[in-house]
Amino acid sequence: MSEQTASWFNVYNVRPETEVPTESPLAWSCHHSGRPSVSEKSRVVLRERAMLGHLILRGGAIMLDEAVREVLGFGLPGRPNTLTRDESGERSIQWLSPDEWLVIVPGGEEFDLEGKLREALGDAHDSSDNHYAIVNVSGGQTLLELEGECARELLMKSTPYDVHPDAFPVGKGVTTIFAKASLILRRPTEDRWELVLRRSFADYLYRWILDAGREYAIGVDA
Amino acid sequence: MFHIYCPYCEEHREEEEFHPKGQAHIARPEDPEACSDEQWGDYLFFRDNPRGIHHELWVHAVGCRKFFNITRNTVSYEILETYKMGEAPRFTAEHPEGRPAETVAAERTAAGADKVERQQGAKA
Ligand SMILES: [Zn+2]
Repeated sequence: MSEQTASWFNVYNVRPETEVPTESPLAWSCHHSGRPSVSEKSRVVLRERAMLGHLILRGGAIMLDEAVREVLGFGLPGRPNTLTRDESGERSIQWLSPDEWLVIVPGGEEFDLEGKLREALGDAHDSSDNHYAIVNVSGGQTLLELEGECARELLMKSTPYDVHPDAFPVGKGVTTIFAKASLILRRPTEDRWELVLRRSFADYLYRWILDAGREYAIGVDA
Repeated sequence: MFHIYCPYCEEHREEEEFHPKGQAHIARPEDPEACSDEQWGDYLFFRDNPRGIHHELWVHAVGCRKFFNITRNTVSYEILETYKMGEAPRFTAEHPEGRPAETVAAERTAAGADKVERQQGAKA
């Protein structure tokens, strides 16, 4: 049974090589709801980091940690609700659950990364104790950055999660409720918050954030 | 609104993030075909409704999405403890004041060792 299931997966590059136009989950929203420009009055600035590579890793922590260290050069976060990043800050791994992590890399790297991770994990699937899964979810979600002196104020209006620096230090990341939807909220640096949204919630959350940010003269950085 | 400690996230989170899933520690019959209708019906449909200490299954639905157990007092609604799947509760109807964590852990280790022995016995 286990010999059979080990080969029952196909890996696809979901990024089209032809000249098919790609659209971020917010393309329609920006067109429909507009993009207020950033001014010197803006105390919150929103920026979409569209088309990044998102991979979900599932499996045992020790086995996956070895593989990502080999391929990416840095390990899994050791504690729940935290994230690790490489020196450039462009690649990150976030704890989502005891056997699940979210890897975000620059757009275009994810297919190659998935292949390399599968290679590094190579023999792991021979043993039933060491099964793992890698899913490319790049098309299913998008990442927003929130900056500015009132970014935390905006978050406080939107989520029941405690975003005070004592409860939410740099390097933390959680999946939580945001404006009756759910998203991943993380704080990679002192001044920047990141929101990872599902495609199906993206328009609703974009409009929510614009509305919540109106009093801070929110601007969208193109 | 109150906070529930998720044993997997290792922190208190808003109640909104959780869903209750009914009574905990209900083992599926190992051989359903060998069950009488009454036994199968009990397993599927019948649940305890105690006054006082109750063990419940909950899921951290918006969060780590793991199932875990809560021991709750149905009179005061007080949450006495939360614990991971496969772990034994400290607070029970027999021990409403709670047993020391070490005692529960020791019992679990003993039960685990016994299980491993039996599995090995079965293999041999
Ligand atoms: Zn949790």
